[in-house]
Amino acid sequence: MAFLHGATRTHSGPRSGIKSRSITPYLLLAPGMIWLVTFFIIPIFSLASTSTMVRPEGAQIGTYVQELRFQNYVDAFVANQEQYVRSFIYAGIATLLALAIAFPLAYTIAFKAGKYRNVLLVLVVAPFFTSFLLRTVAWTQILGDEGPILSTLKLLPFIDDSLRLTATPFAVVSGLTYNFLPFMTLPLYASLERIDPRTLEAAGDLYANGFTTFRKVTVPLAMPGVVAGTLLTFIPAAGDYVNAALLGNPSTKMIGNVIESRFFAVVDYPTAAALSFTLMATILILVTLYIRKSGTDELV
Amino acid sequence: MANSKVSQDTGDLVLNRVSKFYGDFCAVDDLSLTVPDGSFFALLGPSGCGKTTTLRMIAGLEEPSQGTIHIGDNDITTQKPYRRNVNTVFQNYALFPHLTIFENIAFGLRRRGIKDVKTEVENALNLVELGHLAERKPAQLSGGQQQRIAVARAIVNRPEVLLLDEPLGALDLKLRRQMQIELKRIQMEVGITFIHVTHDQEEAMTMADTIAVMNQGKIEQMGSATDLYESPKTAFVANFLGQCNLIKAKVQSRAGGKAVVTAKGHTFEVPLSRVSTDNDSVLLGVRPEKLRLDDKGINSIKDCVVTDRSFVGTSTQYLVRTPWDLELVVFEQNDEGLHDLHVGDKVSLEWDAEHTFALDGAQDINAGADLEEEE
Repeated sequence: MAFLHGATRTHSGPRSGIKSRSITPYLLLAPGMIWLVTFFIIPIFSLASTSTMVRPEGAQIGTYVQELRFQNYVDAFVANQEQYVRSFIYAGIATLLALAIAFPLAYTIAFKAGKYRNVLLVLVVAPFFTSFLLRTVAWTQILGDEGPILSTLKLLPFIDDSLRLTATPFAVVSGLTYNFLPFMTLPLYASLERIDPRTLEAAGDLYANGFTTFRKVTVPLAMPGVVAGTLLTFIPAAGDYVNAALLGNPSTKMIGNVIESRFFAVVDYPTAAALSFTLMATILILVTLYIRKSGTDELV
Repeated sequence: MANSKVSQDTGDLVLNRVSKFYGDFCAVDDLSLTVPDGSFFALLGPSGCGKTTTLRMIAGLEEPSQGTIHIGDNDITTQKPYRRNVNTVFQNYALFPHLTIFENIAFGLRRRGIKDVKTEVENALNLVELGHLAERKPAQLSGGQQQRIAVARAIVNRPEVLLLDEPLGALDLKLRRQMQIELKRIQMEVGITFIHVTHDQEEAMTMADTIAVMNQGKIEQMGSATDLYESPKTAFVANFLGQCNLIKAKVQSRAGGKAVVTAKGHTFEVPLSRVSTDNDSVLLGVRPEKLRLDDKGINSIKDCVVTDRSFVGTSTQYLVRTPWDLELVVFEQNDEGLHDLHVGDKVSLEWDAEHTFALDGAQDINAGADLEEEE
């Protein structure tokens, strides 16, 4: 008993021990919090305030005063709804394409690659060693009139010689799919890799053929990865402007391009800010609905 | 999946000259085996002996390199697992984590298009006495409960053969004992052939009607627990099941239903029926609890010394050194006849001829010893 007593005393210790323990989490959080407040919270409030500003009559370009004009949102949306809808359609198609490409890829790496698993994973991440811009510019070469894809296609008799791939919606969606593919592949791989192969064997043992096993066991167990991957692809793709700028034409403009040009070319800050907020809100709503719909109760 | 696609044959499970190679490694070596319909059969052996590979070939998860597997008249050697009327209770259970307990058990029924899923699942849940857990997820259950659900999930399909792959390995000792009795009860209730793979000799002996002891891809010996324990045919079986004293000896004569053997100047008798070799060089075997600390019998060794003693409740276990420096294990019941000897005490050993057996002397005397701790 005496021994226990001593042990307890040294452990729980004097009050200062408890005190320092309660400060530690805040100290650990501090750098992140300071960073977030400085570079996210404050800017977002400043952006919110900009979104309802108005340029006074006759004032210089770039000078705005706060008038709480919420009509800015309506005006911005009405003027750019085409690009808006297009952004979500392109991002949606790119997400579905990325899912279709990434699932078999992640499945192969997780279950069939054996000793090549790590090599393949490095290959998935390898594009990140080159700049995002550079890789997108490379696609203009790949899809270009003299590029390998088009020149091969044109060997086919039924392909019109006037066919072009650059500056088309096809090019923009391809670029989006390509650029965000690793963000789809990695979470999918992570959740597939966690599946106990014996549960797949158990499904076979319980009269499920390969396809049924995939549908009833593999896919439901991969759902956390599917949800994470689609979000990580869809969200940045919806706001992306690089692919549309480099691979598209004026009629493939996405909302990101509009915001970019409003900010830097037209210097129309309130419209750009209002568009940014509308984009954020739309994505937030879509994501919430999606997570609800994909049934988190299915996710173990 | 229509019911008719799953084979419905009844009859004995027969493995005929089955081998399985992984590259140059032979996991299962020309194994032939008949498991009678409705029996509780155990495949017992140390890790890497090929017992799990054998099980997986019966389940259809591995294909034999050679040989055939039949259930009754039906050749299932290359049949897909989902076409076989064989179900498996996997090691660590492999329950579907995304499905409720009810849906886990219903999985096989739904795949076969069985109509009355609800009743069948409820019956299976009642059989394992976990009816109240139907709506839980596997992660919310304890290890023992998951184990029973795994059994229910397999048994609900009324397979011709139920395979159990080290099903109790992940449970603690007390729960394991309880589940052994439980599994035995379930088997008697449903009357399905159970094939139980284990490395735990006590588990195999407690549960199975017939045990096949496997070593290096082959069956060493097959029989009831009593057969294997009292009359082992190889040094591996003698050492792997319980503890055993083996003494190198020479056969001097075989006559009158008994063999006379000598070892280091001592003469012993063995019933001829318990000599499992024609070789004159033999390993003389006797179980520790058959040895007595006395010197009256025909088979006795005098001038021994106690070198270790440990009290284990129901018995006291002695290590006794013979005059030729061989250490023998002796278990003495803790009753009136207790000798209460101490280290260094002089002692004599004796045992009955009927408790002695003689094995082929060409084997490794230590085969199968000290393997029990392996997983």
